This record gives sequence, structure tokens and C-alpha cells, in this order.
Amino acid sequence: MRRFVIGSARNLIESSRQKYQFERSILSSPYRFLSSSPAADSPSSSSSSSSTMAHPVSLNTINPKVIECEYAVRGEIVTLAQKLQEEIQTKPDAHPFEEILYCNIGNPQSLGQQPITFFREVLALCDHPAILDKSETQGLFSADSIERAWQILDQIPGRATGAYSHSQGIKGLRDTIAAGIEARDGFPADPNDIFLTDGASPAVHMMMQLLIRSEKDGILCPIPQYPLYSASIALHGGTLVPYYLDEATGWGLEVSELKKQLETSRSKGITVRALVVINPGNPTGQVLAEENQKAIVEFCKQEGLVLLADEVYQENVYVPEKKFHSFKKVSRSMGYGEKDIALVSFQSVSKGYYGECGKRGGYMEVTGFGADVREQIYKVASVNLCSNISGQILASLVMSPPKVGDESYESYSAERDGILSSLARRAKTLEDAFSKLEGVTCNKAEGAMYLFPRIDLPEKAIKAAEAAKKAPDAYYCQRLLAATGIVFVPGSGFGQVPGTWHFRCTILPQEEKIPAIVTRLTDFHKSFMDEFRG
Amino acid sequence: MGLKALDYETMNENVKKVQYAVRGELYLRASELQKEGKKIIFTNVGNPQALGQKPLTFPRQVVALCQAPFLLDDPNVGLIFPADAIARAKHYLSLTSGGLGAYSDSRGIPGVRKEVAEFIERRDGYPSDPELIFLTDGASKGVMQILNCIIRGQGDGVLVPVPQYPLYSATISLFGGSLVPYYLEETANWGLDVNNLRESVAQARFKGITVRAMVIINPGNPTGQCLSEANLREILNFCYQENLVLLGDEVYQQNIYQDERPFISSRKVLMDMGPPISKDVQLVSFHTVSKGYWGECGQRGGYFEMTNIPPKTVDEIYKIASISLSPNVPAQIFMGLMVNPLKPGDVSYDQFVRESKGILESLRRRARIMTDGFNSCKNVVCNFTEGKSLLSTGHSKAFVFCDFFSALLLGYHTGAMYSFPQLRLPPKAIEAAKQAGKVPDVFYCLKLLEATGISTVPGSGFGQKEGVFHLRTTILPAEEDMPEIMSSFKKFNDEFMAQYEDNWNRSRM
Repeated sequence: MRRFVIGSARNLIESSRQKYQFERSILSSPYRFLSSSPAADSPSSSSSSSSTMAHPVSLNTINPKVIECEYAVRGEIVTLAQKLQEEIQTKPDAHPFEEILYCNIGNPQSLGQQPITFFREVLALCDHPAILDKSETQGLFSADSIERAWQILDQIPGRATGAYSHSQGIKGLRDTIAAGIEARDGFPADPNDIFLTDGASPAVHMMMQLLIRSEKDGILCPIPQYPLYSASIALHGGTLVPYYLDEATGWGLEVSELKKQLETSRSKGITVRALVVINPGNPTGQVLAEENQKAIVEFCKQEGLVLLADEVYQENVYVPEKKFHSFKKVSRSMGYGEKDIALVSFQSVSKGYYGECGKRGGYMEVTGFGADVREQIYKVASVNLCSNISGQILASLVMSPPKVGDESYESYSAERDGILSSLARRAKTLEDAFSKLEGVTCNKAEGAMYLFPRIDLPEKAIKAAEAAKKAPDAYYCQRLLAATGIVFVPGSGFGQVPGTWHFRCTILPQEEKIPAIVTRLTDFHKSFMDEFRG
Repeated sequence: MGLKALDYETMNENVKKVQYAVRGELYLRASELQKEGKKIIFTNVGNPQALGQKPLTFPRQVVALCQAPFLLDDPNVGLIFPADAIARAKHYLSLTSGGLGAYSDSRGIPGVRKEVAEFIERRDGYPSDPELIFLTDGASKGVMQILNCIIRGQGDGVLVPVPQYPLYSATISLFGGSLVPYYLEETANWGLDVNNLRESVAQARFKGITVRAMVIINPGNPTGQCLSEANLREILNFCYQENLVLLGDEVYQQNIYQDERPFISSRKVLMDMGPPISKDVQLVSFHTVSKGYWGECGQRGGYFEMTNIPPKTVDEIYKIASISLSPNVPAQIFMGLMVNPLKPGDVSYDQFVRESKGILESLRRRARIMTDGFNSCKNVVCNFTEGKSLLSTGHSKAFVFCDFFSALLLGYHTGAMYSFPQLRLPPKAIEAAKQAGKVPDVFYCLKLLEATGISTVPGSGFGQKEGVFHLRTTILPAEEDMPEIMSSFKKFNDEFMAQYEDNWNRSRM
């Protein structure tokens, strides 16, 4: 399926490229031949060839890896949604719905989720420290936020929140984060292992950059997967080695499947370098059991793979029978230390109950590498100087929220629990609604922020999609959007077992909007099936 | 199995090749010394607030209010926030889709991009399209995105000035491209000679490299020069002839300390030139909130503007931006505030002007103190006369060239926040450096660091002509510390020169 999508994208690009070249050849080139007088006095040897060349930056001359990578979460369907939204703004009755309901991206605050007050108080004070010692400030801010802001400022050399920091992030904040990890796992964490980044994505890019030398280097990735991984691997010119999550067992991760895929790719001459595990899963929402994680750690150790653990949804677990365990904790509890396993754990301020996507805060904890490798990671980090300070501060706050007894503890825990329990209710409502639709089966939302229901599309619908040159699930999503304003991401953007179709829906629209989504989706689905049922 | 998942040997070679001097050996040693309790004066990174520069009040007030929007509903908010900051915070929040905590469009908030476009139009006199402006996490990220799109492999070359800001060399290595150097003429105030460019391109082509892009840093880093309009025209003509995309690093456009030669953007000159060049030459211009009198480095805010890039390619660049979801939103607000500053009559206007003027004037004074300091050093000479080459007059004394400061004093075209003096090191010092396994200017800078705590960057990190050595310092240390810094520099330099000079001067005479 992925082939198909990539193939169709290529065709699209190819056709537009030909069109573009055609336009250029009839318009610009002769124009340039005729009017090259400003260049006339220059040595002609170097300039003569240029007029027949394409622009240095055009589709057929840019890095082909750029064209190859795909990012469906913000792809075609979102572009269409934005267009519809503009149309509604200028002409409110242009479409049979009043607003676009974005269920495509894990961006909670864009859908009305309120930030945690304490975090924002501290950030505001750190941004404008001049007011910290004003008495009026005490009337506007909680006492512990003022205290925390002082603490944080004291950790920043010169109290300079507008200065570049150490390229790994401010040391004091890394200390706080390490302490937070230690409290979470019960095993020590070293602040020097922590690299603060502008969200988790740049950290993933950094690791891919280090690991991938050529297309002969492979990275094991779950299918379905969050397309950051496929995009990043494509951009760095590596090979994605897929392993399939088993939908029948709630998107279970079988080590036998890992082994099989590893062997297959090795036989093709691919050096598999790392294994990506997303836990809780995106888009699949499953939470791994500890036993399963142990088997994964053992596998990585045996095969000499770097374990890239995407743990950005660690706070988003909605079922009492499941608990989040970090891979660091699991491997340390197995007695595996620095020398036994290379492990990178990614965390972000964008998810959890905090959902602070716009801040671009995150970190990776890097363990099990030699000092020389660590130095190289630091060097790559330093090219971009440092991550944004506001995001760094927030990353330290989410790893050390108010404690029992702090003035803000009650409001903080009420806000946190309110958000998490509402998310759990929303997940359940949507899951139930999906399960009631004809031909749709839906996994249980154990964690993360998504549901990834499977849809059995009628033959006629698949034909119609083919005629429209779309993947069948993309076709479904597009029709849904046009009819209801609801934005889902087609499963083909995440990868899926060939011949199966899915879509991803976030559980993030505010609770009062959920009933409308359910009604509109149900009505649409019925008429869609009526139209195409055999 | 004894397999090591990732070790030095099996790492991406391009990563290993990356050199990044601004945070290289000198910086690491300085950090170590600092840990040991030694007082370090960091002049290695253009990081003004780390050295005591206070942030401008107004933008901080606005962003603080955006961080804590609940304050806007508090009746007492007016006690510590002025009315125009409150109004601006509301304005920017209304441009976001969910406040500072929501991802924005991957290109940045549309309303802020519109403000950037209006700023460009006011600056250049030509309309600018917000759709061709992408906000980024600092200018560096933008440069990396664009170079990632341009470089396909080793065969692709990018023309980069030498000396250069090492972001370019580092990024080109990282993406596996080839850096094609062109030398700035130190003897001509770091001017850019198009004949040098032609030669560089010819040499690169001879080696089978397709030169695809040209970087200019204007005002220059580390060299501080400001390009003239005539020079920019030559450059654009050159790009037209050679079919190069021009990458205009214009992050120091606010750091101009004189009035005779204002900053002129590449885009304005391109538009002034008219068709066919204005319709054909591809240009990407970069800007940031980190420099100027803002100096908000820690926010990581920047933008790039594209000219003559075909829409389909813009879409590809958009796609790459979207993989990182969005630039950080607080910095986008800072960018909005920078390009759309307060106007006369606003409550906070006077304070804003006082603060920004204060910073620029202090930078000017500090530059003066530094120049005088360098001049007072034994064997240290600054090039005061524009166009007159001291090197070519056959002086055998050790010089420290410092065009930037001399130009400042004489009101020449200067900008940025660096000094890049030349060090003429005695042969014995070069020999001692070899013994120690160091590049000579690294050797000098390390000794300087150990002796004085002044952390600089050796010129070899930026590139320089063979056998010529420099160091770069920023002019950013606090004004009151300057005299002491310069006197300890002088003490070190004079002793160093004396130690290695020996009979050098005499024998050369």
C-alpha cells in the first residue's frame, strides 16, 4: 500500500514537473536568451550554459529525498480542510456544515483544551522576570509559581531567558528532568544523558541522522506508524524496515514478527540499525505490557539494535488495567545497564494532559553510547545552537509538577484529572460510535490520543476511489470531509496491512462537540454505504 | 553477540565531518574552566543577554501575557502591564488558533507572516507575499531546511564566504554537499570581489561540482562588513549568469552603527534591477529575533522569505517544514513584535525607544573601547584606512587587523556584533602550536583563555587564507567590564608575542 501511495505521489509530481518544464521551456528560456544583455559583458564560457538549465531550486533539481518523504498528518486532506474553512469564513452557507472539526492532528489546545495554569504562570514570570519582585505580582500569580520562577531563573546563567543555552539545554533544568525520570522509574537518570530539543521531532531527526549512512541502513518501524518516522528515514536516505502490529490482538507487537522482518531485510543486504517502538501507540493507541517490553529489550540487546522509544504519550493511559512503563525502567529492571543496551527515550511537552504543542519542548534521554558518539550528538545539537528556552522550562515543569502541599497542587491536579478523565470519556464515546458503524471495527483506546478504526469498504467504493485516483481510505476521508467538515487522516498515511483500510481520528475535540461528530459521521457513513453497497 | 548498536565507526560519516567551531574545543575548554570555578568571559557566541544585555521590556510584557492569558481577565492586570501590551497580547492571541500551546500552521501563524510581509514592503518598497514567508525556530533552522532541499549529494556545491559563519560549513557537511569557498578580501574591508567568485566556481566545476547556491552574509559574520548596493547588483548578476540561488543571511540588518551606508536587502536590489533578473534569480532571505538590539537568542525565532521559487517547490519546502509540525509559537509572537514595533504615541513607545537606542549606543561605545584596547597592544595594529592595504606595504610587525572597529570609528559601512582581528603569529609560536598538535590560532586562543578567561573563537573555525590567522570576539561583554577585559587581553598578547617573537622581527628586517 505504501508503495501505491508513494507511486501515485510520484506520478503526480512527474506530471506537474513535465508541465512546469514545458511552461519554462516555452516561456522563460527564450525570454532569457533574448534579454541576457546584463550578462553580456561577462565571460561567456560559464554563462552560456545557464540559460538552458532549470532553476537551481525547482522540482526536478531539488534533493529527491525531499520529494520522496511523505507526511500525511498535514497532507492533502488538511489542505482541503483549510480551503473549506476559508470558504466558510467568506460565505457561511457554502457547505452543509458551519465549522471544520479537526480530528486529524494531536493539537489539543487548538480545539479548546485549556493549559495547566501553574505551568503558564511560571512561563509568564520567566518571560518577564522584571515583575517578579513587584508586590502587585503576588495578587496576580500563585505564590508557588513565583517561587518556582525564581528557582528556574537562578538555574539559568545570568538569569538570561533570552540567551542561547548550553546546546543540550540548561543544566539546572536537565537536573530537574533527571530527578523526574528517577522518580518515575525508580532508577537513576543522569542529566548529562538528556538533550533538550524543540519538541520530540528534532530529536528523532538527530538520531536518524546519526544512524543512517545510506539506503543500506534500515530502521525497524511499526506499521501502522506515526509518519514522522517514515518521513525522517526517507529524508536521511535510509530504508524503512516495516514490522506489522497485529490488529487482531489489539495492535500487539510480536517479537516473532520483528525477527522475521529483521531476517528478511538482512537477507536483502540491509544493515538494520535500530528499532522504533511507539508506546503508547500512535496511531494505534495500545499500551505495551511489561512482559512484551522485556522481550523487545532482549531482542534489541541480542541483535545489537538501538532501541528508539517514542514515549511521548506516557501520561495518556485511559484504562485501569494498563500502566505505562518506560523502556529505561524495563531494561534496568532486567539488570541491563549502559553496557548492555543502547536506548533513546523521547518525551515531549505536546502530549500528556499538558498538550503544549506550540511550545516545541521535548527531550531525549540517551543511554548506552560511548563518549565519542555522545560527543557527536552534542556537536549536531550545537549546530542549531540550542532549543527554545520557554520549551526547555516547560519540559522541566512537566517532569516536576506541583507536589502535595504546594499552593497550586489542588488546582493543578484538578485540571490534570479533568483533562485526562474527559479524554478517557471521549475515547470511549468515539470508540462505541465507530464500532456501531456498518463494516467498521475499532480497537480499544488504551492510551495516546487516537483511534484507528478499520473499515471494510465495498467493492464499488474501492472502484470509485480508483477512478478518482485516490487510495480507498483517502477517498472515504475526503468524502467525509466534504459532507460533514470532519477531518480524519486516512490509514494509508500511516501504513497498514495491504488490502485493509483505516482512518485515524483524534479524541481531542471538546466534549460538547463529540455528539455532533458522532451524529454527522453516522449519517455520512450510512449514506456512503448506501451509495456503494453492492 | 558483542554487536555495538551504534559506535563511532558505524556512525554517519557526514556527521563526523561536521566542524562547528563556535561551540568547539575552545568553548568546551571554557566550560570546563568555568566548572572549576574560573571566571570566564564568553565572547565566542553572539549571545547578548548571556552577557547582561537586558531584554526590551515591551515584547516581554506581551509574550508574558500571551503565556498567561487568564491575566487578561484579571481586573488588576493594569497594575503591572501597560495598556498597549495588553492590547497587543489580545491581538496576537486572536491570530493564533488556540494560543501559545497550539501548533500553528507549519509555515507559522498567517497573521504574523502578514506582519512580516508588511515589514518587508515598508523596508524595500516592494510588496511581499506572506505565502512565501515561512517562520522558523531561529534562522539556523531555516538555513538547514533550505540547504536540505538544495543539496542532493557530494556533486552539489554551495558558494560560501570565507571567513564564514560555521553554520554553513556544518550544514553542508551534514547534508553531504560540497562547500565551495570564496574569499572575502581582508585588504579591501572584507569586500566581495566577483572575480574571486568566478574563479571559485570555475575551480569547483573543474572538479565536477555543480555549484547550485551562493550564500552571502550581510552584514557580515564574522567580518562585520555591509555590502554596497553596487556590490549586491554584481552578485545578483553573477547568480543570474551562473544560475545560482542566492541565500541572503541578513540577520544582522538591525546592527548598523552608522547612517552613511544603511542596510540594503538583497531583495530590494533584485527588484530594483527589473526583469529579466528580478523575475528570474531565485533568492531566499533569512532574518531572526536573536540579533539586533533584540538579542532574543533563547526564543529561537526567525523567518525566511522566498523570491522566484516555483509554487510546486514551495509546496515541497512546506512539506519538509510540516514534518517538524510548527515553529515555536512564543517566538512567532516575538517576530511579530519585532517587525511591527510600537509607534509614536503608544504608551510604551518612549521606553521602547530609550531601551533600544541605549543598547545600540552602548554597543557602539563598547566597540570603541575594544578598538582602542587592541590598538594599545604591542604588535597590534588596526587598519584605519579604507582600501589601504597594510599587509601589502610590507610591514613586518605583527598586526591585529580589525577593520570592523576601524570602520566603526570612521563611520564606514559596518554592522554585526563581532570583531575579527588578524593575528600575525611569530614562526616560533606556529612551531610551538605544531608541537602541541594545534592549529596556530587555536593554540593562541587556548592560551588566551587559560591566561585571561576570555573565550574567543579561532579564525580557523570560520576559514581564512592559508598562513593567515585570526580570532573572533563579540563586542558584547558588559560596558563596565570592557576596560578590564582589554587590559588583560593586552597583557596576555604582549607577553605571548614577546615569548615567541624573540629575534623574529630583527631577522625579518
